[in-house]
Amino acid sequence: MLIFEHSAAGRCGAPQAPVEKASLAAIPETLLRKKSAALPEVSELQAVRHYTRLSQKNFSIDTQFYPLGSCTMKYNPRACNSLAMLPGFLNVHPLTPDEKNQGFLACMYDLQSMLCEVTGMAAFSLAPMAGAQGEFAGVAMIAAYHESRGDSARKEMLVPDAAHGTNPATAVMCGYSVREIPTLKNGDVDIEALKLAVGPQTAGLMLTNPSTLGVFERNIEAIAKVIHEAGGLLYYDGANLNAILGKIRPGDMGFDVIHSNLHKTFSTPHGGGGPGSGAVGVAKRLIPFLPLPMVGCEGERYRYLTAKDCPQSIGRLSAFMGNPGVLLRAFIYMRLLGREGMVRVAEFATLNANYMMAEAKRRGFKVAIDNRRASHEFIITLKNEARDYHVSAMDFAKRLLDLGYHAPTTYFPLLVPECLLIEPTESEAKEVLDGFMDALERIKHEAETNPDILHAAPQTLPVKRLDEVRAAKQLDLAYKA
Amino acid sequence: MLQVIGAGSIDDLFDEIPVHLRAGGLGAIPSGMTEMEVSRLMRQRANRNTSALCFLGAGAYQHHIPAAVWEITTRGEYYSAYTPYQAEASQGTLQLIYEYQSMMTALTAMDVSNASMYDGASALAEAILMAVRANRKSKSRKILMPTTVNPVYRKTAHTIVHGQQIEIIDVPYDPTTGTVTLELIKQQADDDITALVLQQPNFFGCLETVDEITDWAHENNILVIAVVNPLAIAVLSPPGEWGTLENNKGADIACGDGQPLGAPMSAGGPYYGLLCCKQELVRQMPGRIVGRTLDLDGKEGFVLTLQAREQHIRRSKATSNICTNQGLVVTASTIYMAIMGARGLENTAAACHANNNNLLEKLTAIKGVKKSFAGTHFHETVLQLDLPAAEVLAGLLNKGILGGFDLSQDYPELGDAILVCTTEMRNEDDINDYAVAMQEVFANAGAKAAQMQESA
Repeated sequence: MLIFEHSAAGRCGAPQAPVEKASLAAIPETLLRKKSAALPEVSELQAVRHYTRLSQKNFSIDTQFYPLGSCTMKYNPRACNSLAMLPGFLNVHPLTPDEKNQGFLACMYDLQSMLCEVTGMAAFSLAPMAGAQGEFAGVAMIAAYHESRGDSARKEMLVPDAAHGTNPATAVMCGYSVREIPTLKNGDVDIEALKLAVGPQTAGLMLTNPSTLGVFERNIEAIAKVIHEAGGLLYYDGANLNAILGKIRPGDMGFDVIHSNLHKTFSTPHGGGGPGSGAVGVAKRLIPFLPLPMVGCEGERYRYLTAKDCPQSIGRLSAFMGNPGVLLRAFIYMRLLGREGMVRVAEFATLNANYMMAEAKRRGFKVAIDNRRASHEFIITLKNEARDYHVSAMDFAKRLLDLGYHAPTTYFPLLVPECLLIEPTESEAKEVLDGFMDALERIKHEAETNPDILHAAPQTLPVKRLDEVRAAKQLDLAYKA
Repeated sequence: MLQVIGAGSIDDLFDEIPVHLRAGGLGAIPSGMTEMEVSRLMRQRANRNTSALCFLGAGAYQHHIPAAVWEITTRGEYYSAYTPYQAEASQGTLQLIYEYQSMMTALTAMDVSNASMYDGASALAEAILMAVRANRKSKSRKILMPTTVNPVYRKTAHTIVHGQQIEIIDVPYDPTTGTVTLELIKQQADDDITALVLQQPNFFGCLETVDEITDWAHENNILVIAVVNPLAIAVLSPPGEWGTLENNKGADIACGDGQPLGAPMSAGGPYYGLLCCKQELVRQMPGRIVGRTLDLDGKEGFVLTLQAREQHIRRSKATSNICTNQGLVVTASTIYMAIMGARGLENTAAACHANNNNLLEKLTAIKGVKKSFAGTHFHETVLQLDLPAAEVLAGLLNKGILGGFDLSQDYPELGDAILVCTTEMRNEDDINDYAVAMQEVFANAGAKAAQMQESA
């Protein structure tokens, strides 16, 4: 039932707004609204009950194991939320003079510094509001760098075929054409193909390491050399930074630009699809181009850096300072972890993934890339099950929901047929991992004996499988009374 | 676990990483803290921020937020869920977004809303890119942009669209009214313009003549991109009803910042960008969209739809690289709108306007303070000062008042001018405090000047 269907004319949460409507007589009639907006008319209790009950129709980290590959669904410590929502942070107007905003600016400055240290980059800007906007900032900086050197022939961005869809979409937004680089069967980039692809047209290469295939790119130094010798820059997509936190730093691998998804590695909440943060870090030669605003420190005093301080900046990406509430949560998380905790993150995330991969093999599943270490995630391919029992990765995913587990990422990366990309994160205990593997094994057995159970899944959720074709053909995007 | 893996130690799991590249000890990162210690640190820092009385607006506004809004929003089931790709296990988030889309289309009187963009400024950038894709009659990729549009929105739009050979043409405002006029727009327009941006209320808080300008744009095959304050349009003409042409009514795209609807100021975010459009433009819309459909049993349910526009399917041919929406803030905003209802929003908006009139009356009674622009405004006004604006604002801040936004950087032609805002939260006492403080600032300056004259 929709909130609109709870409506009764004239009802509202009375104590929440001025009781009387003040005069609007100073505004010309033609500029005024003629008819009230058709919003729900419910009491506060009705609204609270409706949205509480709706929330209970969600899977979430707080209620279920959520091994969604490439999304790093780790525990979001509650302290990060309650401390970021202290009134002293919530009630700060974004244009408050710096001297009255020192507590917040100190947190932002410290966050920039900690991100530099953990990634090995020279400077950071916290401005981008999501991973994709971080990518945009990174590629725009690459473009600005080439332009500043009068190097205007570089029109092509290289992207491995295993990359996230945002990589090619971002390159196009920045005015580049995209060339895909193939991946070898062992999961490494095809470096011979890369050598043939580079040239004076190459602006750079966008690389995720560990890759979306769940393995560390072993030839990273050679790749960096090929790109740099061709005059291009190397972009690090930080989607999988969790796997190597404190173990190896993108800056030391030769990357020139990185974005870090703070909502993955640094545990800010995913919030049903955002807000995120895609902070960007750069090597020394790209510092002048970082997006605004940033926070500087002079002696004991923190202040926003503006276009006057950074005339070559690619500019602003938002009205104010990115997503400050998200940045505060990342800062708090990093202070809780500290340097020792960060290394433990990578170690236990990697341990959990490799344990699950070993268990998967032991239980008869085919992993996409064998004889390699998993990073913090790994891939099962169900192509044999699909062939033999006519069940798909999607059927496995839906059946997992019935058994109380959120499904892993399905059908990504695109290179692997019928795949499940599984990322347990460091937050989970062994018993949870074992329970999930038991469920997968049970589903495999069901596929062999009674595949209809899979086809009909899910059965235990608020709805059964939904008709996506109908949704796209008979568009119903808003309630009409 | 290591035994099952067949590894001797956790360190062995990293043996594919070249040894000489391994990180040192992260020396510059402090040691970990307990929750108790972090709490102390954060309280200390939060207390260093100001608690001054806020008369600042300029794109972020301090409104009352019902306590229930964030109590429900931060339930773990919303807070720690991901993007609803597994629809059956995400009906809570999906239905909520559908309800948000329904409320936002009702409020804007537009046909379609997406699930939100990052913020108002970046939503304007995406609206411009969308207009360029959608207006097939136009080849120029030229956008008319009045300088009465929020300056940081204009800067953000420039950053995001300039890689795609789009020309943004500034349109100056009439210095007596603080609004753009059709004459000024026509002076900047040539035969082929792709879209025109119009902010209501504009950055100065003044009200643009939206009907006349929308009609002219449509008669000239120009798409209209509205930038609106979603609270203001509870009482002002909504973008879907701009203009008078029977066959082409309303802005084509509407965007704006959703912050006034339930998001705290929070030093600048997270907020969210609203983005709505006419039905025929829906396939050019970037970002996530939720649709209502049926399940196998014919029961109603909700899914992400029209995903063929998006980067995870279309890759380099997507409408935008965006994948995130500001889900949690949209959750708050939806609950806010449900609790407030149309009447709550209207009464709140009217109170903002009335309080601004009240403040204006009291401040302009002070010698040396006057209104910069004739005409009507919503809840922000530009004041002309006989003293340096920075000095006045500093004097007010010393008395615990955030007195407004100094316009001298973005609009040097206005001289010493500030943009002053009142929301429903500024009551009679607050407004009196501001007026008294302003009086004292001017009196002190007068006394100082007299003293200097004497000693000279």
